[in-house]
Amino acid sequence: MSVKTYDAGVKEYRAMYWTPDYVPLDTDLLACFKCTGQPGVPREEVAAAVAAESSTGTWSTVWSELLTDLEFYKGRAYRIEDVPGDKESFYAFIAYPIDLFEEGSVVNVLTSLVGNVFGFKALRHLRLEDIRFPIAYVKTCMGPPSGIQVERDKLNKYGRPLLGATIKPKLGLSAKNYGRAVYECLRGGLDLTKDDENVNSQPFMRWQNRFEFVAEAVSAAQAETGERKGHYLNVTAPDPEQMYERAEFAKELGQPIIMHDFLTGGFTANTGLAKWCRKNGMLLHIHRAMHAVIDRHPKHGIHFRVLAKCLRLSGGDHLHTGTVVGKLEGDRGSTLGFVDLLRESFIPEDRARGIFFDQDWGSMPGVFAVASGGIHVWHMPALVTIFGDDSVLQFGGGTQGHPWGNAAGAAANRVALEACVKARNEGRELEKEAREIMTAAAKHSPELAIAMETWKEIKFEFDTVDKLDVG
Amino acid sequence: MPFQSTTGDYQTKYTLETFGFLPPMTQEEIFDQIAYIIAQGWTPGIEHIHPSKSMNHYWTMWKLPFFGVTDLAQVVSELEACHRSYPDHHVRVTGYDNYTQSQGSCFVVFEGRG
Repeated sequence: MSVKTYDAGVKEYRAMYWTPDYVPLDTDLLACFKCTGQPGVPREEVAAAVAAESSTGTWSTVWSELLTDLEFYKGRAYRIEDVPGDKESFYAFIAYPIDLFEEGSVVNVLTSLVGNVFGFKALRHLRLEDIRFPIAYVKTCMGPPSGIQVERDKLNKYGRPLLGATIKPKLGLSAKNYGRAVYECLRGGLDLTKDDENVNSQPFMRWQNRFEFVAEAVSAAQAETGERKGHYLNVTAPDPEQMYERAEFAKELGQPIIMHDFLTGGFTANTGLAKWCRKNGMLLHIHRAMHAVIDRHPKHGIHFRVLAKCLRLSGGDHLHTGTVVGKLEGDRGSTLGFVDLLRESFIPEDRARGIFFDQDWGSMPGVFAVASGGIHVWHMPALVTIFGDDSVLQFGGGTQGHPWGNAAGAAANRVALEACVKARNEGRELEKEAREIMTAAAKHSPELAIAMETWKEIKFEFDTVDKLDVG
Repeated sequence: MPFQSTTGDYQTKYTLETFGFLPPMTQEEIFDQIAYIIAQGWTPGIEHIHPSKSMNHYWTMWKLPFFGVTDLAQVVSELEACHRSYPDHHVRVTGYDNYTQSQGSCFVVFEGRG
């Protein structure tokens, strides 16, 4: 027997969407938003409005609501917390039933959670801080095409971080000169080199030409050094058809790894490419251009830890995470938090690192954390300490800016990296003993000695804009 | 600007992956790295191959991985026995990590003559 009757008009959101007694289910998708409401609007009403607008609600009651059971489908604001050290904002915790989302689609999750609600007038600012993806949902996503363990096995790199560089200048080189820069870096001792994110297929260097010259550089460097090498061939393209065409050509040339820009390219393209990589046995490096537009403002947008989780679900074997110590923004605790979210299989809630929920990834492969941007040999002890072995450390200017050229710059970084790993394994404290460890290593490596002299004064000490919320 | 001080061009080095860019380790240093493998709870394993085939993923195993062995001296004596049997082969030690199903560490201890 139907008990509800249609009552047209506008109701307060909290009557339906604020449910402080609700106990979230294991299958619910949970989200934490940092909300800054307009003055005078009660917190419960703001939280309920966010829950409603990101799930089943609209501003007015409609008759067709009575044809379904909205109690089953609605999102629920179930908890409100103060933001430490901030009187104006608060955290709202919202639970969404799993049936609100299409299986295997981070696109659908984001369209709901960060859709219209971000333009909602009752809010001044809104930031999505974290999402707990239930294991039931994780299992519907493919995730990284290969993952950390498979990449190590394919490239034969064990017991240390991988070493890379982005080829510079980032724009303007001809394909043949570009391949030269790749060859010099790889023969000098790097494991991997990278197309910069905005290298796609410009008039000065079309993608076919770049791929062919780079393929020769990679195979020559492999043969001459006796080590396995790769170059991330950027297949980011104007449309999916061209993206797949470039990926196919990279495979035809026998290359081990390609790359994609997941935010400018979009999640649909990224998920499709990740599936192609799984099918074709290719590794996938992911760049994150546009992320700071979305994640840097402390009160509005999406925190990078959410974008990182979404990428792990969508698929990628590497993801840039910032360096903490280089030229780009990055708080240490927060960075360590999302580095764990990329690599581990279970990550417990840890507010000190900005992690709001336990996250269980089940058997989903891990993603290498990539540290890149304004780093040089002197940063090596800190980078090895912060990022550990399952990372790719990329020195662009810090390799190719060496006075003797790319090969010597690569060797300098490789010597520094191996000296740091060796010292760590011996039980030494890398960051405290950095100077002694590096100085001792430079005695056997004139390349490293010159690199240490060249970059000894360069520091990037600015205050972080997006800090963790602490009292 | 300091120019490269050597008289020739910059030579490519033929190396054998991890620790290939460091000077040859002393016996003490090798012991430290093996002790690290054991301390991580990894299983030490020994492999060898003729230098002409060093790019192969699979080198020949010297016996089975040393499951349950936590005695550094035992691993070292097996390494030396392998080296005595194949003096012209590369010999490497691996730390098998059964949790990640990967190798936590792997480096060449004796370089064979090419």
